[in-house]
Amino acid sequence: MTASTDAAIVKLEDVHLSFGQTQVLKGIDLTINKGDAVSIIGPSGSGKSTILRCINALVTPQSGKITVAGTRVDQLTKESERIQLRKRVGIVFQQYNLFPHLTVLDNIVLAPIKILGADKTATVKLARELLEKVRLSEKADAYPGQLSGGQQQRVAIARALAMKPELVLFDEVTSALDPETVGEVLWVIRDLIRDGMTSILVTHEMRFAEEISDTVVFTENGRIVDHGSPQQIFHSTNNPRIRQFVGGLSGGGRGAVRDGEGI
Amino acid sequence: MSMAVTQTPKTTKTSSRVLRYVGFVAMPLLVVVWSLVDLSLGKELVEWIPYLASGFSMNILITLCAVTLGTTAGVLLGLMQLAPFWFVRLPAQIYVQIFRNAPALVLIFATTYIFPFEIVLFGNYLPFPDWVKAVIGLAILSSAYIAEITRGAVLSIPTTQWEATKGLGFSRLQALRYVILPQCVRRSLPPWMNVASSMAMGTSLASLVGVHELMHAATDASTAVRRLDFTIIAYVVVMAAFFTLCYPIARLTRRLEQRFNAG
Repeated sequence: MTASTDAAIVKLEDVHLSFGQTQVLKGIDLTINKGDAVSIIGPSGSGKSTILRCINALVTPQSGKITVAGTRVDQLTKESERIQLRKRVGIVFQQYNLFPHLTVLDNIVLAPIKILGADKTATVKLARELLEKVRLSEKADAYPGQLSGGQQQRVAIARALAMKPELVLFDEVTSALDPETVGEVLWVIRDLIRDGMTSILVTHEMRFAEEISDTVVFTENGRIVDHGSPQQIFHSTNNPRIRQFVGGLSGGGRGAVRDGEGI
Repeated sequence: MSMAVTQTPKTTKTSSRVLRYVGFVAMPLLVVVWSLVDLSLGKELVEWIPYLASGFSMNILITLCAVTLGTTAGVLLGLMQLAPFWFVRLPAQIYVQIFRNAPALVLIFATTYIFPFEIVLFGNYLPFPDWVKAVIGLAILSSAYIAEITRGAVLSIPTTQWEATKGLGFSRLQALRYVILPQCVRRSLPPWMNVASSMAMGTSLASLVGVHELMHAATDASTAVRRLDFTIIAYVVVMAAFFTLCYPIARLTRRLEQRFNAG
């Protein structure tokens, strides 16, 4: 590996963030290399989603350094600078957030054409390729309201990819889905990671995190308790808290059942 | 592709048919039958119809101008009320609060007496007719209503839609233009229709400041003819005319609503 491909694409150093009186992040250090798939796991309210939102400047921490693809995110003062960053960092939300007044195809091409000023024909072609990739080619002219949750989430992923991002953030993308459709979304993400897309996932799908991650990060109370390979975190950790959390979720069979669906 | 259009409940269908019969059949029928029974009355009416029609064309003109002007200004004011900067927000808020609570007649009187009867433009004296002043009075009122409708519609869009646009690198104005406002159109159509009909009916107030419109024409006619039955029939004609002005607005809006619902 050359130095450039191995270079850190995301680097958080001692990031502190609070909303009013509530301290959400209490000193986060995290380094993610290009091409890596990193899963952030941990109990609710531990600051997982907030870490993602710091990375694409949806929230600004009080202190600490954040570097994303060569940009010092914590030093961005203007909204226009944050917008430039967000064009390069894709994010997929728990609730899909598709635009209900536009067809699937228009959802995907809107931002590249209007925001990036991309060529229309080329973007439509790209959008159709992406739809094929997420196995929804026949739904190009449907409206979001006519799709199932899993289908909408796959469109949301295609929409994020159409911006040709340098990395993609997945914020609990399967949490709002019924178990039957979780599998089809995970399948798409797995494919993406195999293609080498740098991905950061906040997830409760333990089996999935174990399978696709290069690194797993465990957070609790605004701190990173431990990080390491999936093998380390899921099977050979000495930390009793992590063992309890991981055992409680995946040992119960929930992850296993979900992961097996529709793949 | 087409979704099931929300079925209009049977009761509203029947009631709208009844309404149509009253407006388009019963009232004209009353006028025709009465005129035939008493031919001297019919003769007077036929003589005055062109005069009434010339008045009515003024109502249509004032309505179109006031609604167009009011909608344009109202949408802008509504968006200004939501601006992040107080020096944009505050003037709009003050304007809306003052004029939303002003009676239409007061505004029409005010514009009639505040504006001069002619304006000097590059040394030329241009007349400033009373009907234009009435348009401005009604436009001020409708812009205040429509500002509130616009503000409400924008606020009713879930914040997750804003979040999605932010994640894709939209600026605030781009998000408004491409994602938020298109969704507001459908939501604000029914209240917009109410404002448009009120403005159409409000045009009759312009008669009180001497604008030659339908009410004014009917009063002229009844004063000239001095027959009680003619006075009654003249005002029935006025009612039927206002019905034909307002009813299509309601129908058009309903059709648009259904088309948007299908989307």
